[in-house]
Amino acid sequence: MLVTILFTTLIVFAITQYLPGDIARVILGREAGEAQLEALRAKLGLDDPLPVQYLRWLGGFLSGDWGISFSTNTPIMPLVLGRFRNSMMLAALTLLIAVPLSIGLGVAAGLKENKTTDHIISISSLSVVGLPEFVTGLVLIQVFTFRLGLLPANSSIPPGTSFFEALPMLILPALTATLVLLAYVTRLTRAGVVEELKKPYVRTAELKGLSRRNLVLKHVLRNSLLPTITVVAISIGWLISGLIVIENVFNYPGLGRLLMFAIDRRDIPLMQAIALITVLVFAFSNLFADILYAYLNPRIRFGE
Amino acid sequence: MEKNRESPGSPILRIKELTVAYKLRDKVHNAVRDFSLEIEPGGKYGLVGESGSGKTTIALAILNYLGKDGLIQGGEVLFKGKDLLGLTKSQLKEVWGSQISLVPQNPQSSLNPSMRIGDQIAEVFSGRNGDFAGDILFRVLTLLERVHLPEPGKIARMYPHQISGGMQQRVLIAMALSLNPDLLLLDEPTTALDVTTEASILGLLQEEVTGSGSSALYVTHNLGVAAQFCDRLAVLYAGDLVEDGSLLDIFQRPLHPYTTGLIASIPSPGVSRRESKLISIPGQIPPLGARPAGCVFAPRCPIAVNICLQTPPLTETGANRSVRCHRWEEIEQGLLDRRRFFSTYNGDKPEKISKPVFDNARNLLDLKKVGVHFELPRSVIEVFTGKSPDTLKAVNGVTFSIPGGSTVGLVGESGSGKTTLARAIMGLELLTNGRVEFAGKALPQKLSERDFGILKKLQIVFQNPDEALNPHLKVGTSIQIPIQRLLLCDRDDAEKKAIQLMEAFQLPAEYFNKKPHQLSGGEKQRAALARSFASNPSLLIVDEPVSSLDVSVQAAVLNMLDEFQQKEANSLLFISHNLAVIGYMADIVAVIYRGCLMEVSRTEELFSPPYHPYTEALLSAIPIPDPAVTRARIHLEGDIPSPVDEPRGCPFHSRCPRVLGDTCKSEQPGWQFDRQGNRFYCHIPLEELESSQDLLFD
Repeated sequence: MLVTILFTTLIVFAITQYLPGDIARVILGREAGEAQLEALRAKLGLDDPLPVQYLRWLGGFLSGDWGISFSTNTPIMPLVLGRFRNSMMLAALTLLIAVPLSIGLGVAAGLKENKTTDHIISISSLSVVGLPEFVTGLVLIQVFTFRLGLLPANSSIPPGTSFFEALPMLILPALTATLVLLAYVTRLTRAGVVEELKKPYVRTAELKGLSRRNLVLKHVLRNSLLPTITVVAISIGWLISGLIVIENVFNYPGLGRLLMFAIDRRDIPLMQAIALITVLVFAFSNLFADILYAYLNPRIRFGE
Repeated sequence: MEKNRESPGSPILRIKELTVAYKLRDKVHNAVRDFSLEIEPGGKYGLVGESGSGKTTIALAILNYLGKDGLIQGGEVLFKGKDLLGLTKSQLKEVWGSQISLVPQNPQSSLNPSMRIGDQIAEVFSGRNGDFAGDILFRVLTLLERVHLPEPGKIARMYPHQISGGMQQRVLIAMALSLNPDLLLLDEPTTALDVTTEASILGLLQEEVTGSGSSALYVTHNLGVAAQFCDRLAVLYAGDLVEDGSLLDIFQRPLHPYTTGLIASIPSPGVSRRESKLISIPGQIPPLGARPAGCVFAPRCPIAVNICLQTPPLTETGANRSVRCHRWEEIEQGLLDRRRFFSTYNGDKPEKISKPVFDNARNLLDLKKVGVHFELPRSVIEVFTGKSPDTLKAVNGVTFSIPGGSTVGLVGESGSGKTTLARAIMGLELLTNGRVEFAGKALPQKLSERDFGILKKLQIVFQNPDEALNPHLKVGTSIQIPIQRLLLCDRDDAEKKAIQLMEAFQLPAEYFNKKPHQLSGGEKQRAALARSFASNPSLLIVDEPVSSLDVSVQAAVLNMLDEFQQKEANSLLFISHNLAVIGYMADIVAVIYRGCLMEVSRTEELFSPPYHPYTEALLSAIPIPDPAVTRARIHLEGDIPSPVDEPRGCPFHSRCPRVLGDTCKSEQPGWQFDRQGNRFYCHIPLEELESSQDLLFD
């Protein structure tokens, strides 16, 4: 895993180097003279050979010095970490709602395959899949803010807000993100359940006289959830820095919006920092998924 | 439902005119028609039939556990007087496990892969009587001991994939016995197991059923197994009960032509094809939905007449005996000679016996101390600590030869290395040591290094006909391609030759354009065989060619293979775990155990002493479809040990019933030769073996 992470940082660095545009000029503006540009380039270390720049950047990252953002001229680390924290809160709430809900619905649909319950669940999830987040977000705002007056439409929280204080403002964006996840996690779980129910060991268990409840919880569930876990793990990365549209709709200060901000201003150090955090989140959530997978599937644990 | 005692003498299970159908794509196909059966308490009933006979359907219908595609169209299943077909799911759950249990077919997939074995067994107990955890654990361990599993504590903590197939089946038997049910349903429990494991599981089942006084219904296609275990048999064909009676009645005085054909198509151990041909029933089992009107067996029946266009009634011909055939009286009175039903038997004139003609000038294939070793992958920790990898010696020092024009049989159980050896000969595995010579010249190890000349002469047919043919290609095309490639024919010529080959294997020309999934198992295997004969190989390796086929089809395929070989005079390396089939087909037999050869003998001498102790065990384990034969059964303890732990002495010493002690454990045996040139890998002197061993077959 370490090798993967290191390799990814290399890619992140390399890609940002290829972005068009002269950084010095971007910072100083169009009127700046050549001498000034030169001076700035030297100061920023932009003339040093690339491997040196890479190592300097990586070293700085590891030691806690994430550099200064070009566009805001403030240190990157507190900025990114603050936004990261916000994104984590939103992601946590989304997962808390989405995962049990979609697994529950998926299991219910799978158990009642081709009966009414299944049809309702499958059709609803299928129709939600196609809806873009700005549509679902705005619909939720319409219903909960304007009609019912229960929840705020604007989720811009000041930095340092705790999870519980922020909760009312997190609910609507979390619901919007949930709807996106719900669609395919439900279907995946349903498929897993349907597949497992056909297997001979389910028959052995039923013919032992086990109740349906025991059967599902102890036997079917742990074998059906394997593909679901993989998908959820991948989604975590998306939830951290991919929620750009949702963050915009709800004006939520998350990592996604910060990334857009950085891209807009060609703020390369900021982009690199955010990219790196995202990579780390992906790597760890995949590791977690692998561990969970091995726990649920003993054949991997012992190596067949 | 409490376990109330019915009046003694009344059947514990009474099935009345059960009719079951399946829904397949909006059409309803009848699977079982008017099936009736009665099992007395303590009775052991066998339900015998080939694929498509409906036997598994009946077993599941008894439990009222047919899937959503299964429809019970009529009849009753009275268990202790109560009709199970009328019970609700929750009422059935009271019956399942505690009063009727099922021992299912495929042990690997019948256990939950992600639950420990102990937990899976314990489940049956918890929640029923409020037992304490300690009590449950005790009961689980007792059960595991009851089914003769070694180290029950260790096994209870393991997962299913960590134990062998035989042990998994014992676990399933333990689960089925856990609540002491009154009726045990056994759905082909030994089909997926090796012969010696099968023998010991059957022994266990007999012990259990007789000891506990419970009744059993044994569903199987193997008449030999049925002969060993059951006291009554019901023979099924394509959904109909065709004959029913006591074990001796069915085997010694069968009244239905199908039963006669079935019994006659099983190879008897020790009877070779040169002595008498196997009977095969022409035609094949009608698939679901294509069953003929009238007598279902009529299209294949040698004595069918006009009246057979009407469905024959099930007639009671005596006490506890019934048959479904219009002409049963003629058969019973001896007016029709059973022996002539399916063969061209001409009174007492024996068929011409052709002696094998060996081209002794030069052997076709020579294996000299061939070894195929695999290095097992190490875990990350082991790599770091510098532990050297374990070696799995799949094939270890094998030496034998295949003369031209002969059939050599290679017998071994699972894990013996026989398939690995076949693959090594074909160039699909690299040899770790030794050499293989083909027609006197060294054979290039890798398949890619072999030229067309060799490829043409050396072909193989693999075990599973379902996977042998490319599902996307037409059957004819699969056969045509090797003809084109290896014989360098143009497309049209190749097509004609392909059709000729197909017809030689009794596949009609119209099958050319069919896809594999449209063919039955037997037909697919014949197509695979036809393809392998495309280049007219001098040596054809067949790996378990008939193991997955129904008995009646098996006989037909073996006969075809025999004919072809007689015509083209090529050699066969026939690999199988079935000694009876090998005894029928082969001229020379090599017995392999854990990668090492144990015995190499001529077939006619293999079946009489002296036997290598392993051969002796294998022979005594063969289930004979003749209840009158009683033999001493030699049980091998335990299962085949893991090939990774390499013993220093004889590979067989840990399970050998005749083990001498330290010599066998620490010293490797040498080869002993008897008067006829057969060889044995054993410490025990041949004279001793010969005198102490009983003749197992006449």
